[in-house]
Amino acid sequence: MQALVPSLIADNLACRRGDRLLFRRLSFALEPGAACHVMGANGAGKTTLIRAVAGLTTPYAGEVRRTGALALLDERTGLDPDLPLGRALAFWFGVDGTGDAAAIIARLRLEALAEVPVRYLSTGQKKRAALARVLGQAAPIWLLDEPLSGLDTASQGLVSALVREHCQGGGIALIASHQPLDVPGMTAFAIEDFAPAEAEEEA
Amino acid sequence: MIAALLRRDLAQFFPFTGSGAALPVVFFVAVAMLFPFAVGPDANLLAKTGGGVVWIAALLAAILPLEKLVARDIELGFFDQLRLRGMAEEAMMAVRLLAHWLSFGPPLVLATFPAAALLKIEGETFQILMLGLIAGTPGLAAIGLMIAALTASLRAGAALSGLLLIPLALPILIFGAGALARQDQVSLGFVAAISLALVALAPFAAGAAIRAAREN
Repeated sequence: MQALVPSLIADNLACRRGDRLLFRRLSFALEPGAACHVMGANGAGKTTLIRAVAGLTTPYAGEVRRTGALALLDERTGLDPDLPLGRALAFWFGVDGTGDAAAIIARLRLEALAEVPVRYLSTGQKKRAALARVLGQAAPIWLLDEPLSGLDTASQGLVSALVREHCQGGGIALIASHQPLDVPGMTAFAIEDFAPAEAEEEA
Repeated sequence: MIAALLRRDLAQFFPFTGSGAALPVVFFVAVAMLFPFAVGPDANLLAKTGGGVVWIAALLAAILPLEKLVARDIELGFFDQLRLRGMAEEAMMAVRLLAHWLSFGPPLVLATFPAAALLKIEGETFQILMLGLIAGTPGLAAIGLMIAALTASLRAGAALSGLLLIPLALPILIFGAGALARQDQVSLGFVAAISLALVALAPFAAGAAIRAAREN
């Protein structure tokens, strides 16, 4: 899988939520090493875009083409709430064949939490645990939906550092966030720029 | 990945280890225990009606785990993560069906021993009851899975799933309990056939349902 050159292309994408068109004519092409920051107010359609790009929902129009495996971080951790964090993460590390699980857990400062059931973790701790899951997947394409929400300043810096390393290693990152990230060379667009005009929406 | 998922699902749903505990089985035995108190200790009457009571108890016990069966993992984003790793929803649901059945079918069959003793079910009636439950519980599990997947995104899903399961489970109940009344094993073949068809259908219906749940 790593032999392929990863790429992520959105072509003329349009998505709806219910009856409302959130954005249309949205296109981008991300090459290896590219990071792209999707900005936008709450409810503008950032999560909808991320889920459409992930292939979890079908866009209203347009298409997404990608080469390479994809890792998704969103507000849902995918970790069993009743299990201790160590075992909940071990499930995904096992599925993904993660080799350096201990290093990932140390990097995200989760060692001390290994025995704590996931449901007792704070928002920020859950976010760090989900990031560990993403790192363990070793996928060339990252889709991060609000990776900074709930994190303290130190952890926010860590997320920026992880994205920098991922992209320096030839990875692709598409990040939806209303907070700034410190990633040099990152492109950015606001989802509102692709929102339909009032008249168009009526039509 | 399938093996890892099955291990995880079993740990989640199996009695005594999972969060669901042994509640359906305890419930099942409790119904069998209460029935003689309600109708009196007449052995003939109990033997005549007991088989039907066991079937109804089995059906109700199958409803209990439905609430957690699918909805929780949708909320967790668990199925989404598996999808991103290339697993089809149908495969996830087939594994879930197997885990669900293993977690309540065999324990229920085992619990039928004490239940049958309490209800004075013996001899050939007991044999037919056992075979019927072995043939029928996979079908009940399949109906349960389909309903759990369909109602997962609804607010009142849990209450609704119980109501929906009852009419859909009627054919299994009619042939399964009917075999007891007529003391014949032929209608058990019908139970097995209905179960088989449901088991074959359920992963596809449930898979389509959780895909559709993402779209809203």
